[in-house]
Amino acid sequence: MFPSRTWRENPQRYRLEAVKCAKHNKVFFPPRRVSPGSLDGSSLKPYQLPNEGTIYTFTTIEVPPSQFKDSAPYVVGMIELTDGTKITCQVADCDPSTLKIGQKVKIEFRRVQTHGEHGVLSYGYKAVPAIQGVTTV
Amino acid sequence: MREVAIIGVGMNKWGELWNDSLRDIYVDAAIEAIKDAGVDHVDGMYIGSMTPGLFVGQEHIGSLMADYLGMKGLPCTRVESACASGGVALKSAFLEVASGHSDIVIAGGVEKMTDCSGDDATYALATAADQEYEVFHGATFPGLYAMMARRHMHDYGTTREQLAHVAVKNHKNGAKNPKAQYPFEVTLEEVMTSVMVADPLRILDCSPITDGAACVVVADLATARKICKKPIVKITGIGHATDSIALHSRESITRLDAVTTAAERAYKMAGKKPTDIHFAEVHDCFTIAEIIVAEDLGFFKKGEGGKGAESGETHIGGRIPINPSGGLKSKGHPVGATGIAQAIETVNQLRGDAGARQVKGAKVGMTQNMGGSGGSCVIHIMEVI
Repeated sequence: MFPSRTWRENPQRYRLEAVKCAKHNKVFFPPRRVSPGSLDGSSLKPYQLPNEGTIYTFTTIEVPPSQFKDSAPYVVGMIELTDGTKITCQVADCDPSTLKIGQKVKIEFRRVQTHGEHGVLSYGYKAVPAIQGVTTV
Repeated sequence: MREVAIIGVGMNKWGELWNDSLRDIYVDAAIEAIKDAGVDHVDGMYIGSMTPGLFVGQEHIGSLMADYLGMKGLPCTRVESACASGGVALKSAFLEVASGHSDIVIAGGVEKMTDCSGDDATYALATAADQEYEVFHGATFPGLYAMMARRHMHDYGTTREQLAHVAVKNHKNGAKNPKAQYPFEVTLEEVMTSVMVADPLRILDCSPITDGAACVVVADLATARKICKKPIVKITGIGHATDSIALHSRESITRLDAVTTAAERAYKMAGKKPTDIHFAEVHDCFTIAEIIVAEDLGFFKKGEGGKGAESGETHIGGRIPINPSGGLKSKGHPVGATGIAQAIETVNQLRGDAGARQVKGAKVGMTQNMGGSGGSCVIHIMEVI
């Protein structure tokens, strides 16, 4: 894989940059070119996703694809962020047997995978269970 | 549009076919279908195949298959819609015949999945999900369906046992299917203690990795009446729809909008409703998929598919038999061929040729073929005349 493929996703993966459609009052992540049903993107404005949310659903991957061979087992979850946007990412630093739907998580910047035969390091977001009583910035 | 019928069917015994190549398995299935139809020529061919490029390094298979079938020059197109590729090939053949452009067209499907390692196959299949926003994070197909299953259990009280009932029933049917990859029965306990793949889904909740091909011959009704010696099976309804391929982009992950929309379109075209369907071949790539799809096709109320699986209503002889062939679970799932194999089982049932797994009195059948985690769906309703 050429680094450009992962590099171009950096604004989303590093900084959770999304767009919000003024017409539909809806957030799109990753950003897209046009607002649904309009063939026009002028209603889409840059929008920052919140970095907190709850676990909407999750699973523990025991049989991984080739590029995650060394990480299994690992937890993949769907996170509902505080603004209602849903994203898919790994849930790190957790005991899978204690995870619950509805549990609070924060989104952190982590190494996600080592990609392809060239071993390109790819970074992005992972969810981490929020420690009760601690407010994250 | 002209009326269109399926007049010939053919498929291999599916499995790990190490002695046979991609081209061999396709040619075998196509020859069987052409002989079953009794035609002396065909005008065109559509082949559903998800990713022969990743599985065996071969693209451009339309021309390859036409050549190895001994039909060099035949117009032939490969179509792709992930695991719904076969269903979309059938739709394409239907449209070519219905339009009057051709009279006799083959719709086939093929996938050769055991020429690469298991984790390479997992990678190849995962290309049907959102590569940058699901797969990048380590999601796999069992993983995506596992997340749907956990949410379905949370929202509707669906149980682990109910998931297992789907596998038990499909293996019971598949045990009577000589073409099935795994023609044996499994017990509830075996399913529930089998190896974990993606919690809560275990290996016996998952359809297998399979080598296989399947072909049907479709023709306009006038040609069918002239040639066909067996009962003629008409395609009376087609519904096709897409959805976001990323699961997290959908409003709900316990409802498949591509399925509900495709079903609405197919029912409307055929002038049928769910209670008119005598049996259905549905896309049980994972046990939870059969439960959600049975709800979204209108056979059960939303949230009651699990109870339906447990009740026996989906067994042969039940209210709405689902997957009399054994489904993807027992019959196997060479992804591009699955939609065509569903059509073959439907034709066999409607012709009264299904042997020990015959649904008695079946006159109207349905196939539901789905790509990815529900990013595409194509449904056919068929009736015997």
